[in-house]
Amino acid sequence: MQAKDIAELLNEPACAHNKKEKSGCARPKPGATAGGCSFDGAQIALLPIADVAHIVHGPIACAGSSWDNRGTRSSGPTLYRIGMTTDLTEQDVIMGRGEKRLFHAIKQAVDSYAPKAVFIYNTCVPALTGDDISAVCKAAAEKTGVPVVPVDCAGFYGTKNLGNRIAGEAMFKYVIGTGEPLPVSADMQRPGITVHDVNLIGEYNIAGEFWNVLPLFDELGLRILCTLSGDARFHEVQTMHRAQANMVVCAKALLNVARKLETDYKIPYFEGSFYGVTDTSMAFREFARLLNDPSLTARTEALIAREEAKINAALDPWRDKLRGKRVLLYTGGVKSWSIVSALQDLGLEVVATGTNKSTEEDKARIREIMGDKTRMITDGSPKALLGAVKEYQADILIAGGRNMYTALKARIPFLDINQEREFGYEGYGGMTELARQLALTMQSPVWAAVRKPAPWAKSAGLGVELGGG
Amino acid sequence: MAEILKRNKALAVNPLKASQPIGASLAFLGINKAIPMLHGSQGCTAFGKVYFVRHFREPIPLQTTAMDQVSTVMSADENVIEGLRAICEKSKPALIGLPTTGLSETQGTDIKRLVRDFYAAHPEYAHIPVVPVNTPDFTGCLESGYALAVKAVFETLLPTIAPPPASGGAVGKRKKQINILAGSFLTPGDIEHIKELVEAFGLRPLVLPDIADSLDGHLTEQESSPLTLGGTPVGEIASMGESIATLVLGDSLNEAADVLQARTGVPDYRFASLMGLDAVDSFVAALAEISGKPVPEKIERQRAQLQDAMVDAHFMLGFARVAIAADPDLLYGFARLVAEMGGEVVAAVAPARANILSEVTADKVAIGDLEDLETAARSQHAQLVISNSHAVETARRLGVPLLRAGFPQYDLLGGYQRLWVGYRGTRQTLFDLANLLVEHGQHEPAPYVSIYNQRSGEVRATSAAGSTH
Repeated sequence: MQAKDIAELLNEPACAHNKKEKSGCARPKPGATAGGCSFDGAQIALLPIADVAHIVHGPIACAGSSWDNRGTRSSGPTLYRIGMTTDLTEQDVIMGRGEKRLFHAIKQAVDSYAPKAVFIYNTCVPALTGDDISAVCKAAAEKTGVPVVPVDCAGFYGTKNLGNRIAGEAMFKYVIGTGEPLPVSADMQRPGITVHDVNLIGEYNIAGEFWNVLPLFDELGLRILCTLSGDARFHEVQTMHRAQANMVVCAKALLNVARKLETDYKIPYFEGSFYGVTDTSMAFREFARLLNDPSLTARTEALIAREEAKINAALDPWRDKLRGKRVLLYTGGVKSWSIVSALQDLGLEVVATGTNKSTEEDKARIREIMGDKTRMITDGSPKALLGAVKEYQADILIAGGRNMYTALKARIPFLDINQEREFGYEGYGGMTELARQLALTMQSPVWAAVRKPAPWAKSAGLGVELGGG
Repeated sequence: MAEILKRNKALAVNPLKASQPIGASLAFLGINKAIPMLHGSQGCTAFGKVYFVRHFREPIPLQTTAMDQVSTVMSADENVIEGLRAICEKSKPALIGLPTTGLSETQGTDIKRLVRDFYAAHPEYAHIPVVPVNTPDFTGCLESGYALAVKAVFETLLPTIAPPPASGGAVGKRKKQINILAGSFLTPGDIEHIKELVEAFGLRPLVLPDIADSLDGHLTEQESSPLTLGGTPVGEIASMGESIATLVLGDSLNEAADVLQARTGVPDYRFASLMGLDAVDSFVAALAEISGKPVPEKIERQRAQLQDAMVDAHFMLGFARVAIAADPDLLYGFARLVAEMGGEVVAAVAPARANILSEVTADKVAIGDLEDLETAARSQHAQLVISNSHAVETARRLGVPLLRAGFPQYDLLGGYQRLWVGYRGTRQTLFDLANLLVEHGQHEPAPYVSIYNQRSGEVRATSAAGSTH
């Protein structure tokens, strides 16, 4: 990928980050950076497409440390769970055999697993040695008769966020618009309901959480052509250009796909989230608004009223346990405000939140939701986070998985909201799971047990006293 | 405080209970060069032998007085005297255990008088102690039979050998010796670890019964033996009065401990369980107090490792709904561990009454069988069962995983020697419980396929997400 292509991807007019420097999100600082590379971001964005063979072209470090590492779920094919890499050797690199090996690797994947398509993720070493993966993909597609999509995402191109965009770009360039959806079959038509086609962009079905929401789409007559990319199929990605409305779910990562679908195919989109009762209802309302169908609007309001009543009744016993508990949230980026809303729905008090990756717009929104008392935290180092937990007398730290053991070693209750997590929190139903997990860790007797000193010890117990004692 | 539910049905279905004579035999099998002889019909012994052979995968010395039709009606006294004589003559044991059975108890045998008659008839065997114990199978269970046998050992051996308690002079004569009364909930692996803990404080453990020395499963030079190979040396039992302290492991051994205390004056420390941080803390603190030595670094490290495991495992075990069926001490220990991790014991069944049952951390403890466990576990939506190998089918019907513990474990190699207690054993138990729950993956939403899906001919995942990949 050339410098000008990267610059073009970094310039995302639809992204609120775009106003300052053209660096995607934040430029990595040597010696003080946590977070993945472009390869990581691209693989994460596309790997959930279940019937595709995902081949990582490079030596072992890229695939070896990352394959089968995601909590995303499929209701059908499991091909995406099979780790594939060209596992380049020293001889391949020196003798320039990378392209040849890639070509044969694609053929082998097609012969052994009959995928609907093959995605090739380029990595640093072949990018440096100059393997022409586009040409190999083209030749392999002709030879095998299966679509082969190059995703040129070498790690040194930039951040994980850039990798997301590279993935989106690859889908837009090579896949979207290459297939047509089937007409809605007659037996799926219900009187009074016009079926509308929509897409969800940036929905990954972590721990199967989207299955909490999907039945409601069916009920409303919203046919999801594709979720990019949770529980998706290659053919579904091909048909995304036929949707009448798009939702960008909870992250700006694939915003470029939504923007290009709007420019090239006139499909309107909105940004939303399925975390929390308020935001879930909001998402359905936005669809109704964009689709401009009075019957849909009426049915959406009825569904929201029913689901909110049901979930509020289910959440009441949990609210008693959670009310007034103090939360320190460190997620970075847009997820902050969407999770804040979910936590407030449960009666928790968010005392501080990370805003490292948030835009000014995000920060304004956080202030609007949380009030002026809210502290914004920019330093996400373990020491700073633990200090903040102590300072704000938080009862729990909610953050991504990499911070989990920071909290646990300091004997602090923790909730994982990142992509490796084992629990799904989306939709109305997901709220009970969220409430359950919050209560589970905060009420756990293990905290007292691990903080108190041994009976024979003379010193005081370890760990941080929380929540004002 | 748990409510005890009495047995309320005529038919026991999928029994949990093993008999008192079996339990008494197990205790005698923990004494060196000993052999239990059940006073009953041949079957009483044959079934017991198979039971232990399958569990321990070891040859088991077990004899019978072989009551037949005539002796049952007329008198079986001669069977006992002849049986004892035959064993003494053939095998020259260091001790013979003589548990009664339902048959001989119903007949009305006076087992103690028969032992006196035996010595009167055969003074040449006066040096071989015979320990009679009343263990009818129509009362109690394995645990109570075991405890009665330990008590009988003291009643038989201590008055003739130990000095009268009034003198008190013998207590502490052996400055480093510490008595360990090991309850039937302890495996050979448990007892080995307990010995290591005691030795780490510079003390010399004298364990009774010591199945870690006889039933730990080791190849010996001797190819066959009619007697136990290993176990507590009979000569050492006499020296228990010279120890500095007694550690009583298991509530079921309280009466046996009372006898030991009354006859020797050795101070004792009693522990109902050795699973979980608090229980092990008390045990280690007692060892530090008795020895006057600081807790070794190695043990402190094991404690810290357990604490770390508690924190890691609380995400899975918090609010976990667990069903347990086991003998009272084991039931108590597991229930306490589950509660300490924030889990809930939603079904608890013991085969027979015991004082400790009211202390079990569950709302109710049923005296009953595995059918009772299954019914309660189903109605309470238990997620995991802890019981013996008989519960394999129970767990399968419930659709939940099983952790095998207690007697018998005939379908699991090495189950007999597994370490459950101490910081180390507890840690592994927590890992295993958590892994069983994760593997079963009940927390994820079930896969849902949209009614509008365009995936004709796709093989659909039908079960919970955990098993679809």
